[in-house]
Amino acid sequence: MSTAKVNQARFAEDAIRELGWWKAHRFLLLRRATQLTVLALFAIGPLLGLWLLKGNLSSSLLLDTIPMADPLVTLQLLTAGHVPEASLLIGAAIIGLFYALMGGRVFCSWVCPVNMVTDLAAYLRRRFALPRTPELPRQLRYFMLALVLLLPVVTGIAAWEWLNPVPVLYRAVLFGAGAGLGLLVAIFLADLLIVERLWCSHLCPSGALFALLGKLSPVKMTAVNAKDCNNCMDCFVVCPERQVLKPALKGANPMITDSDCTQCGRCIDVCAKGVFQYKNRFTFQDNPLQKSPRIAKKAENEQ
Amino acid sequence: MMTRQQSKTQGINRRQFLATTARLSCAVALAGGGIATVAKSQPLGPQAIRPPGALAEQDFLSACVRCGLCVEACPYDTLKLARWFEQAPTGTPWFEARKVPCEMCDDIPCIKACPSGALEQALTDIDQAKMGIAVLIDEKNCLNFKGLRCDVCYRVCPLIDNAITLERSRNERSGHHAMFIPVVNPDTCTGCGKCEHACVLDEAAIKVLPPHIAMGKTADHDTYFNTESTTLEMLNKGFEL
Ligand code: SF4
Ligand code: SF4
Ligand code: SF4
Ligand code: SF4
Ligand code: SF4
Repeated sequence: MSTAKVNQARFAEDAIRELGWWKAHRFLLLRRATQLTVLALFAIGPLLGLWLLKGNLSSSLLLDTIPMADPLVTLQLLTAGHVPEASLLIGAAIIGLFYALMGGRVFCSWVCPVNMVTDLAAYLRRRFALPRTPELPRQLRYFMLALVLLLPVVTGIAAWEWLNPVPVLYRAVLFGAGAGLGLLVAIFLADLLIVERLWCSHLCPSGALFALLGKLSPVKMTAVNAKDCNNCMDCFVVCPERQVLKPALKGANPMITDSDCTQCGRCIDVCAKGVFQYKNRFTFQDNPLQKSPRIAKKAENEQ
Repeated sequence: MMTRQQSKTQGINRRQFLATTARLSCAVALAGGGIATVAKSQPLGPQAIRPPGALAEQDFLSACVRCGLCVEACPYDTLKLARWFEQAPTGTPWFEARKVPCEMCDDIPCIKACPSGALEQALTDIDQAKMGIAVLIDEKNCLNFKGLRCDVCYRVCPLIDNAITLERSRNERSGHHAMFIPVVNPDTCTGCGKCEHACVLDEAAIKVLPPHIAMGKTADHDTYFNTESTTLEMLNKGFEL
């Protein structure tokens, strides 16, 4: 217990001292705000009759005009052999394109409600210094994704939707399906007691699909000040996908190119040295030669 | 140039990779078998009715994304999304006629809201809906069968005298009274469930059942499924089928 307390006191202490409490928690709080806002925008419909967003994350309608749909469930319908209405396909394309541009797993850390549950488990793990358990292969999630897309071929039904915790949590809140919350408790306990970050970093097929979607995204977390890093390891402690950090910190390219990165920004928060920043894949060039055409363009625009 | 040391470690890596892949595939295939079994073992319960325009159950399950847009579009709170271990596979829309029946809206907002085609947009006339079929399931307790004039189910039917009629017959018990027997026409009944909802008994004597439970089915090879036309055909062709 006392050692745990000591660990806790030490974690991100430098960052809090150097940057202040707000700056050392900024992206965590912004993310929680976004996740809850999205949920609230859906919930005020059935609760208060304010219909800005109808439906749930599986498929929805924004302001009664813009369709949005979950690419994973849409793919499941297609592999089940059902051709949906155009609005669903357009909705899935809109969401797919959005995350292809914003960074695929932005969904995970900024929208997905399950992330709040698994982050809580990770926090408790750190808080009580629970022993690290043997790592599972992280590519397991791509097998899960393949499975989720194969099951409809074999069974003819979108079988994964029976278990998928992401819509289960949304339905629990929006339509009062309380029993589904048991699934979240199971995920929480598995993350806490069996394998660190078991669900999001090893199993979730939605996260896998969004990671694939974000492969070419222009938004990349970047270790702009990698030279200032003092190896305090705080970012490794807090990052849900810590395998993505080392290549950026120690390798030739300071940009995190691995699409497993959830773009959560916690590495920015906890780093006293200000090593990490969100960067645009195309603008992040220290080379002045690369910058000059952009300046020229700006001059053109002003004419 | 690859040194021997490198090629050796790469060989081990490749072998490890293949072994991991095989192990993961097996684990995931097992998990998949489990998920598929549970997901498939959740059939639609006998009292669960789908919204109007719903595809046949198997097709419905491959089409519905479980978004609840139909539920939110329904002005009468008829529809709900199934919770775990309820009468319908989790997250899919259904309703219980006894609790809240379908009001058969002229503009069918639930169908309009459905983005996936699980509810067929082609259905524009609500009178053509086939959510289920009403069946007078308990002739013993139905008040009209007892010779009374309850008639409530008949009177609340939006397609009165079409989907449900009162057939007069002799009351054998008293010998000189008439019985007015509610009779459902399965071809026109939409399955809205207003009759079941309104039945005055503690437990309804008339119940709406999903079409696949309510209806029998003749074998495909049965040439006598429509004796009238078969006979006509035979006559026309001079018995040379
Ligand atoms: S990995 Fe899955 S459950 Fe976790 S945050 Fe991403 S989408 Fe949500
Ligand atoms: S980048 Fe370096 S200094 Fe910053 S948190 Fe990570 S290990 Fe510490
Ligand atoms: S690298 Fe940073 S932004 Fe990416 S997942 Fe890890 S902590 Fe989050
Ligand atoms: S027809 Fe009207 S009352 Fe019936 S389920 Fe649809 S929206 Fe609800
Ligand atoms: S609107 Fe369509 S896809 Fe959505 S829950 Fe209803 S039937 Fe299913």
